[in-house]
Amino acid sequence: MTKWQIFKNGVFNENPTFRLVLGMCPTLAVTTAVVNGLGMGIATALVLTGSNIIISLLRNLIPKEIRIPAYIVVIASFTTIIDMTMEAVVPDLHGVLGLFIPLIVVNCIVLARAEAFASKHKPSEAMMDGLGIGLGFTLALTILCSIRELLGTGTILKARDFGFAGWHLFAKDLGVKLLILPPGAFITLGLLLAGINWLVAKRGEKKHE
Amino acid sequence: MSEYLLIVFSSIFINNFITSRFLGICPFLGVSKQVETATGMGLAGTFVMALASGITYWVQKVLVAFDIEFLQTITFILVIAVLVQFVEMVIKKSSPVLYRALGIYLPLITTNCAVLGVTIINVTENYNFLQSVVSGIGGALGFSLLLILFAGIRERLALAPLPKAMEGFPIALITAGLISIAFLGFSGFNLAALLNF
Repeated sequence: MTKWQIFKNGVFNENPTFRLVLGMCPTLAVTTAVVNGLGMGIATALVLTGSNIIISLLRNLIPKEIRIPAYIVVIASFTTIIDMTMEAVVPDLHGVLGLFIPLIVVNCIVLARAEAFASKHKPSEAMMDGLGIGLGFTLALTILCSIRELLGTGTILKARDFGFAGWHLFAKDLGVKLLILPPGAFITLGLLLAGINWLVAKRGEKKHE
Repeated sequence: MSEYLLIVFSSIFINNFITSRFLGICPFLGVSKQVETATGMGLAGTFVMALASGITYWVQKVLVAFDIEFLQTITFILVIAVLVQFVEMVIKKSSPVLYRALGIYLPLITTNCAVLGVTIINVTENYNFLQSVVSGIGGALGFSLLLILFAGIRERLALAPLPKAMEGFPIALITAGLISIAFLGFSGFNLAALLNF
């Protein structure tokens, strides 16, 4: 596979949220506003790319028996770096995402890519895989957030850290409040996944004809 | 006594790990196809979460004493990983029956965000030692309750005729959403009044 194909594979064919259904906790928890989703997605993408590169560089040095703890230490170090950087640069966003920033350590996407890809490929390829999967995750979160924020509150792209009040499309009272409450996360993602399954199946049928 | 009851009650019903905090969703969706495996996972999880809550309380004390709280994430995840390995070895030696029932779920627990989640929540809530352990047990009980309830529903769901695109994860997520709506009902509960009653 060329580097471009590795990147595209991460965004579409192996999209972590819609195709592999990994990393569900942050996906469901933080997607109440587009800014939160973007922030979470980018934070995860940075940790993923960083840990992929380091693990790929060390892939011949780490003994096979203790590889999982070794991966976890690398991932935890990057998570701590991102956690502290966000606390300094975007304190409001850091406050909202809260618990879920340190929890990037146990995000199955990151460990899965370390084990399945980075430990078997060159650093440059591992980096492209990290960027691709990271972008795929960010895109998926943004789609989910856009639906929930827009239909739930009537405003989109509200960002306190950047002093942006968001575009106001309709009155807040008309919003479906359930969508920004926890059940809305499950239901929106369920319907989105069903829609994507349907599209993929339809495209598969066309190819066979 | 009542404050411990309050912690247990609120972490089972009001701030349930699955329906309101979104922790441990991976095992919730992954091992909930049968009631039996769900019970095993719930038991193993409860055990590890109670132990992890207790141990990380002292670990945090050490981190604060040396002024290195920024190492919290790394230390906690390593403590949990070691703990899970240790529990696995002890159970394997002491109770082969229990090991056969819980064994395969134990490695999965290291990357269960509910465990790391509860330890960090304990620190941010400033719980003392007993409160931490109680909050670990309460959280895990809430998690197990949901896991077993959900597995029961999914066993029925497996037999239901569904549109092809809805099979598997989509319908599971929508079902979880409906359970979550039911649990929203608890959020208006006046706990203090209940305890004085």
